[in-house]
Amino acid sequence: MQRERIKFLIFAVLVFSAPLLFNGGYLMNVFVFVGIHTMLAIALNLLLGYAGQISLGHAGFFGLGAYASGILTATFGWNPWLAMPVSALAVAALAYLIGFPILKLKGHYLAMATLGMGIIIYIVFNETIDYTGGPSGLSGIPNMSLGGVSFDSDIKNYYLIWTCTLLTVLLSLNLADSRIGRALRAVHDSEVAARVMGVNARLLKVQIFALSAVICSLAGSLYAHTMTFLAPSSFGFNFSVELLTMVVIGGLGSIYGSFLGAALLTLLPEFLRAAHDYDIVIYGGLLMVMTIFMPGGLVRGIPALVRALTSGKRGGGNA
Amino acid sequence: MLEVKGITQIFGGVTALEDVSFSIAKGHITGVIGPNGAGKTTLFNIVTGIYSQTCGTVSLDGRDISGLPPEKLASLGMVRTFQNIELFGQMTVRENVMVGLHSKSSCGLISCAFKAPWATSEERRIREEAMKWIDFVGITDLADATASNLPFGKGRLLEIARALALEPGIILMDEPAAGLNSQETLGLADLIRRIRDMGITVVLVEHDMELVMDICDRIVVLNLGKKLAEGTPRQIQENPEVIAAYLGGDE
Ligand SMILES: Nc1ncnc2c1ncn2[C@@H]1O[C@H](COP(=O)(O)OP(=O)(O)O)[C@@H](O)[C@H]1O
Repeated sequence: MQRERIKFLIFAVLVFSAPLLFNGGYLMNVFVFVGIHTMLAIALNLLLGYAGQISLGHAGFFGLGAYASGILTATFGWNPWLAMPVSALAVAALAYLIGFPILKLKGHYLAMATLGMGIIIYIVFNETIDYTGGPSGLSGIPNMSLGGVSFDSDIKNYYLIWTCTLLTVLLSLNLADSRIGRALRAVHDSEVAARVMGVNARLLKVQIFALSAVICSLAGSLYAHTMTFLAPSSFGFNFSVELLTMVVIGGLGSIYGSFLGAALLTLLPEFLRAAHDYDIVIYGGLLMVMTIFMPGGLVRGIPALVRALTSGKRGGGNA
Repeated sequence: MLEVKGITQIFGGVTALEDVSFSIAKGHITGVIGPNGAGKTTLFNIVTGIYSQTCGTVSLDGRDISGLPPEKLASLGMVRTFQNIELFGQMTVRENVMVGLHSKSSCGLISCAFKAPWATSEERRIREEAMKWIDFVGITDLADATASNLPFGKGRLLEIARALALEPGIILMDEPAAGLNSQETLGLADLIRRIRDMGITVVLVEHDMELVMDICDRIVVLNLGKKLAEGTPRQIQENPEVIAAYLGGDE
């Protein structure tokens, strides 16, 4: 309990002081995306890592939130602070409706169904040109503003988005450490035993699917108001897979793991730019090596690695 | 009181159960026995809502519970254990039992996420109550162990503790002595008696004849999907049909 609180406080202090290191440079902009990706990875982790239910369509919920916010503000002149919760509620309702039939499926079938869902949403973004602008995109989305301050620079967006990300981290940690979190893990380990214990597995899965979709939608809204421009290609199948990779590489069932996974997969391409044409090969190779040698993800693999290295050194000194 | 009436179950062409009826008195330990393939597991799965039967009704305290899902049965005070213990392997012993208290707590997604004051106090109550059941089955020293690391015998005790946390009116155990050594089986017999003495009705499917004859107040014998006999352990041991079909058979 107490340790968890201290861990979170340290994390929050690091997050809020990090911009001092960036000197307003390019890295600040990248870390804005790390924040958004962390929210998305946590959303998917609640579903996959805790409840054990896969989704290959989460980029769709992210896109729905982004486009709903974008269209309501740019086309209909709503205030972003109103558009964001309204979009999230609409996405929640949609996820609830989709969730009941889709979450009856298990394993590969659920993967296929959510994949289909993601693809349909993507097609809708492309085809409803009157609203979304289709493949050429939607522009003119306003920045968010608070008390006359517009979030129009990297530093302001950094603090806006990381405030939301830290909230997501905190609420998810709370949830994971509660009767609901336990029920989710119980469903993951043995659905039949969880039901015998009185857990309404079916309803719980739908609820967590909807919550997960809501977090994606909120992240989408933030993305829309930060970028001020949206194109369907950001919300396709590729991005759903990237989210899945973040969750798995970071560590299933760990909230901080989702941050690590999101940070790595967002930063890596930036650092690999120097390798020009080989970047994608190195990227893929690294992911493979990590899944083989850190099957529990970064959040469990890094401490194990540190332990192995330090004990190895000590062993060497003695010899 | 649990009452089973005219249960028939057909899987494809196989009739696993045919017109089985019996009733189980409150506060007793009742054993369901029979040779392999007699239909015991099938009957258990029907009563506990895992399968739904082809025909017949199951009622609990006069209320028709046929076809209700397990989570609904839990709220009506019926719980079960599994032959191949179904633990929540990644969770600790204590957390496993805390899941058993799920239906005795009520905080939802939102109040849990915001750690509302009532959620925190409920959590504290769940934690304390779980410990009570861990003590009851005698695995106090393992409270913080991960469930999947437990030896089989301890896992069995954990499964029982988790089921008791629901404070059920009736507990059904599917071969609780399977995989236990003789020492552990003795402990189990004692535990099952203590459970009955709390006023909980116990039903068990069991292969260990010695255990069944020792602890059961009544016994129902199934053979080839039909009820063959019903009575006290003494009556069953003396029943010529049972001896012919079962006790004198391959067991
Ligand atoms: N899911 C199933 N599908 C088809 N046949 C089944 C199924 N479950 C049980 N049976 C059949 O029903 C009969 C009774 O099985 P079971 O209930 O497992 O008996 P017991 O538990 O007494 O050994 C057996 O002949 C078995 O082959």
